Amino acid sequence: MNIALIGNQNCGKTTLFNRLTGSRQKVGNFPGVTVDVASGPLRGKKGFTIVDLPGVYSLSPYSNEEKVTRDYLFKSRPDCVINILDATNLNRNLYLTMQVLETQTPTIVALNMMDDVKANGMVIDIEKLSEYLGVVVVPISAAKNQGIEELIEHCVKVCLAKEKNTFKDRCEGPIHTAIHSISHLVETNAAKAGLPAKFSAIRIIENDAEIIEELRLAPNQVEIINHFVEDLEKALSTDRESAVVDMRYGNIEVICADVIKKYGDNKSQRRTDKIDKILTHKVFALPIFIGIMGLIFYITFGIVGKYATDGMSILMDMAGEGLKSLLVSLQVSDWLVGLVVDGIFAGISSVLSFLPTIIVLFLLLSIVEDTGYMARVAFIMDKLLRKIGLSGRSIVPMLIGFGCSVPAYMSTRTISSERDRKLTLLMVPFMSCNAKVPVYAIITMTFFQKYQALVMLFMYVLGIVVGILYALILQKTKFKGSSAPFVMELPPYRLPSGKTVIMYMWDKAKGFIVKAFTVILIASVAVWFLTNVSFTFSMVEDTGDSILAMISKWISPIFAPLGFGDWRLTTSLIAGLSAKEAVVSTLAILFNVTQAELPAALGGLMSPLQALSFLIFVSLYMPCLAAFATLRKEVKSTGYAVLAMALQTFIAYIVALVIYTFGLLVTL
Amino acid sequence: MTLDALQTGEKAKITKVEGEGSMRKRLLDMGLTPGTNITLFKKAPMGDPIEIVVRGYHLTLRISDARKIFVAKESAK
Repeated sequence: MNIALIGNQNCGKTTLFNRLTGSRQKVGNFPGVTVDVASGPLRGKKGFTIVDLPGVYSLSPYSNEEKVTRDYLFKSRPDCVINILDATNLNRNLYLTMQVLETQTPTIVALNMMDDVKANGMVIDIEKLSEYLGVVVVPISAAKNQGIEELIEHCVKVCLAKEKNTFKDRCEGPIHTAIHSISHLVETNAAKAGLPAKFSAIRIIENDAEIIEELRLAPNQVEIINHFVEDLEKALSTDRESAVVDMRYGNIEVICADVIKKYGDNKSQRRTDKIDKILTHKVFALPIFIGIMGLIFYITFGIVGKYATDGMSILMDMAGEGLKSLLVSLQVSDWLVGLVVDGIFAGISSVLSFLPTIIVLFLLLSIVEDTGYMARVAFIMDKLLRKIGLSGRSIVPMLIGFGCSVPAYMSTRTISSERDRKLTLLMVPFMSCNAKVPVYAIITMTFFQKYQALVMLFMYVLGIVVGILYALILQKTKFKGSSAPFVMELPPYRLPSGKTVIMYMWDKAKGFIVKAFTVILIASVAVWFLTNVSFTFSMVEDTGDSILAMISKWISPIFAPLGFGDWRLTTSLIAGLSAKEAVVSTLAILFNVTQAELPAALGGLMSPLQALSFLIFVSLYMPCLAAFATLRKEVKSTGYAVLAMALQTFIAYIVALVIYTFGLLVTL
Repeated sequence: MTLDALQTGEKAKITKVEGEGSMRKRLLDMGLTPGTNITLFKKAPMGDPIEIVVRGYHLTLRISDARKIFVAKESAK
């Protein structure tokens, strides 16, 4: 038995889902979209699965979330729907309910936030509401875990009884006539398509292209329908879409007027207005936002980045040493020790080294998201982001990109528009990440001692500028069309639920480990193999004889026009794919010097201009393999991720080429 | 007049919603239907988008979209 959980955004849907399922959840893939749909077994009952559908305000076929939710409801036909409402805002929440009830699926209404309703002194006649809607209405508080058992019991009952809801909308006048006439006309078509006739009629009037197509109407039917619709539009002096929306809201107004006995004083809204006086203040909004982001950065990449990541790597180093001496004592052959310790184990530790960052960052971000502040960020930043064809929602992933692309990619989940999300994903890796700092440091120290800070700053600015230009070009080509409608609710501020925050964080960490593991592991083993084995498949003493060195020697002429054709630089770039810091360590190995001596070695190899070109390429070319694995997971397409990486590397090549050539001309 | 011309704090009634396709449907779905009362609550720090109160909740939309919503101010009392 499948139970669909449907509700508006910000109505506590995820919290309820967690209450209903406990912790055994799965995230499912829906073809063609990157919207995640979680499902899990109903707690304490066998054979019932709850599907947490994306939060939507309507069942129109426009956004991806709406498509997923409506397809599930219309096509997969769940045995029962739990429609969760924010009781403090019945007026708008009931709009989705109207549409759910039209589908005639067995439904239960879960009236959430009843604790707030009581605190506000609001009074709702639940029996009467149930009477109006023709379905069971269960008052609950998902956050306080109240009414959940009752909801589960009712849910099982409704599922087993398979009783259709007895919702009778009180539509009158011309719209009633139109629905009635059209539903008679399309009765057979609807039956063939497996849709209720009246529902089909409403969708036809609403001009729902998908449903109209599914009904396979004959030309003469279309003609008659057009007549009915024209009559309707004339009689109501409005258009067909408005007529249906008006009907629904008209119903809601009648219901609310009767069931809401007292509105009370909406305390959470008043509190929200007070908080927003500061957080979205004309002058303070921006500094506060920068302050909050700065704090998140400081905690994740500063405190945690320093101690937890360092601690983790010390731990992993120790474990690696232990493993090595164990293998040696077992008299395992050298190459196998190398493969296990430097290949496989190094891969595992590189996956784990991202963990502290991901856990802490998403703990903080989900708190920010859950309180409702993220919507304010979008509100504050929208005007700026719109200039590059995005909405305010994209600012947070881009800022996180300055720390690390991996969590930045993951944080794009909160962008509801698929187009905006993909565009953001492509821009993120141009934000210069933390791991590139050691490379910047060593090169600037060697070649630009006087202007070290300036050159570093230039790298960051260059990344941003190239990223913006890239976005502008993409917008004119691949991502044509306007950005998604930016019509967004600013929900009241709420205290985040601990369980939801933890589950969200756990989900991110688990998702990263599971999905990134194979890719990173294979990549680490491959890198180990390439750097330690020669073409004759024997172990090499000198990395210069390895397969990687051979490949580098072969492809390094490609980089000659950029001023750095030396094969060792090429090798370091390839090694940098495992992690950007590896560029420096690989160079040290290849020049057979310690990292402290590296500047001297490099100084003799390149001119400052060539070094700058190399630096530009390092800062712009494809991110590390962990980032690639994450991107692949987020877009759910290997081809797309590969193309994105190739394109980015190509851009890096062009930019370095242009700047190097320009530099040559100027210094001639 | 259109919604974007309201001053912060001003109340008005929607008379017509223009535009087309998904954008218009979205505005209607969110409860911005003719006859509905709205209040312009706030403007974003950079002047755009705007925050309005409609059907008891807070909604934000861009000025370019607000231009498609025609309103009549409550007659001065």
